[in-house]
Amino acid sequence: MGPIVVSPDPPPDDVVRCLDMAGCRWVASTAPRVADEPWVGAVVSTEGGIDAAFDIGRSLRHDEQHAVPVLLVVRGSELALLADHPDAFDDFCVAPFHPVEFEARLRHLLVHTVSAPSGDELITSGPLVLNVETYQAQIDGRLLDLTYMEYALLKFLASSPGRVFTREALLSQVWGYEYYGGARTVDVHIRRLRAKLGEEHAALIQTVRSVGYRFGESRW
Amino acid sequence: MSDPQEMEQHRAYVLRTIEERRVRLIRLWFTDVLGQLKSVAISPVELETAFNEGVQFDGSAIDGFSRIQEADVLAVPDAASFQLMAWGEGGDLSARMFCDLLNVDGTPFAGDPRQVLRRNLARANEAGFQFMASPEVEFFYLGSDDASRPPQPLDHASYFDLTTFDASSDIRRATISRLEATGIPVEYSFHEDAPSQHEIDLRYSDGLSMADNIMTLRLIVREVAFEHKVHATFMPKPIEGVQGSGMHTHLSLFRGDDNAFWDPDARYGLSETARRFIAGLLTHAPEITAVTNQLVNSYKRLIPGFEAPVHVSWARTNRSALVRVPVTKAQKGPTGTRVEYRSIDPACNPYLAFSVILAAGLAGIEGGYELEDEADANIFELSESERRSRGIRLLPSSLAEALDRMEQSELVRDALGDHIHEWFLRNKRSEWNDYKSAITQFELDRYLRAW
Repeated sequence: MGPIVVSPDPPPDDVVRCLDMAGCRWVASTAPRVADEPWVGAVVSTEGGIDAAFDIGRSLRHDEQHAVPVLLVVRGSELALLADHPDAFDDFCVAPFHPVEFEARLRHLLVHTVSAPSGDELITSGPLVLNVETYQAQIDGRLLDLTYMEYALLKFLASSPGRVFTREALLSQVWGYEYYGGARTVDVHIRRLRAKLGEEHAALIQTVRSVGYRFGESRW
Repeated sequence: MSDPQEMEQHRAYVLRTIEERRVRLIRLWFTDVLGQLKSVAISPVELETAFNEGVQFDGSAIDGFSRIQEADVLAVPDAASFQLMAWGEGGDLSARMFCDLLNVDGTPFAGDPRQVLRRNLARANEAGFQFMASPEVEFFYLGSDDASRPPQPLDHASYFDLTTFDASSDIRRATISRLEATGIPVEYSFHEDAPSQHEIDLRYSDGLSMADNIMTLRLIVREVAFEHKVHATFMPKPIEGVQGSGMHTHLSLFRGDDNAFWDPDARYGLSETARRFIAGLLTHAPEITAVTNQLVNSYKRLIPGFEAPVHVSWARTNRSALVRVPVTKAQKGPTGTRVEYRSIDPACNPYLAFSVILAAGLAGIEGGYELEDEADANIFELSESERRSRGIRLLPSSLAEALDRMEQSELVRDALGDHIHEWFLRNKRSEWNDYKSAITQFELDRYLRAW
């Protein structure tokens, strides 16, 4: 497993101590990123200023090349601010924290990390990231629990965002010509995909009336 | 999945996902003849072998599987049904797959309900049809599963108790989000007529996935209820004097892209195929009822006065009809035209129930059955003799009567296969005999003092 990136630099003593105790390798945020050893997660402390922490968290989570999940270490007095920055962290821990809690949260965070892609296996479209090497898909950093056909359909659609596909085209491209099921099969799978994307992202797959489906907004 | 290359793709996806997501436990699911979900858990290292060779187990302890000569069967996971279950305890991710059961020599095992449905769906496919189903599943939340006391509804025992009332809608909300995360899209859900009764309507899907979905739904509903310290029951009539729980199921056949039930030029938009399908359902309804309504208790729901069907009839609006043709909006006709079968209850084995329903409908299409006239509203107020003189038939009024009809039915024997047909009758006769010899509270209340 690759190292965990810690911010700010120099990192807070209590965080470093816990990471060492947990046997996790870590690098401070300014350390250069080694191409074949990508970060697997991040611990961002508000010790270097809360607004800076939010900015760093956000940029780590939304990095186009390689987003990582972020554990935010905050003080109790800062908790109220979290609600306004939901996109800056995946989980948080209130300092001073118990090492056992810190480690448990960190492990939980990393469980959801897919093995690191090198870049060209990724299809990124808005909040969606697909890794064609590992067959895994994430939306806003959350892993999706897809079946193979759901994955194949999502991959096909997301590869050409904005383009409208008829049900027939999807059937022949995703299922193959041999498939006996009719075009309703496509509708059934689209509805399942939307259910798994969740209410917030269900609209990523748009129904184009009397035509078919489109991923994302129209290009026109 | 008949195409080996497609099967390989699915299997490769499952194996890779299990590795990537560090799944610790894989549950192999199958269903016994009575419709109870069974599970064998294996570890990820065993999965590839399970795909290639199946997991061998002794089936003799499973209801409906027992045979004299050979007790072992093979469970082969269906990779297309793979689903991660992210809510497992302790943060460990588990996954499930439904299995097809084979004999040790690799032939389909006759006692496996899922193979029975596959066979019936294949028959529909040969006739050019894809069978779609969309059930409305009703159930009750109860304070406990203690059968020695009368069932306690959550929002009735304490009428003004806002907390307990809210609890049941919270439970339902949690249930729906878990269903959706499992790839089971929910169309509607709401509190039903009776106290503490709820309904979840599933968005249509092909017959096999829908039967799988119903099995999964029953588990998820009960699991979430259990987490909230209440009991969910799919028993068809748990409480006397209020509505029972049905599983009205909307059915349609698609031919390629087209809804075979729809014909814009025909009366009510119903194609000849639809009319014959309905005629098939009506003709064979009494024979298939033992399968769609398999408990002694099922027949306490099928009584007049509770919107449950009693007569064999069809109608567009009357909610006491056995088959209802929902009025669809004009622009929805091409996809929305469907028929609703209303006797079936949620304690059925969905694989077997869909099998006999489909077989009945197809028999109507293949045999060119003529559809009788729609029931007019007042047939439900007719006396028994008037009803007889008009030739209106009744559904079986007890499990015993339903079994008699089933026993004589070639259609049901053919749809289920000899093994399940015979075992089911034997098992259900014995259930009926147990019931017949039981002395009920009704009898004690009514006779003990009086006689």
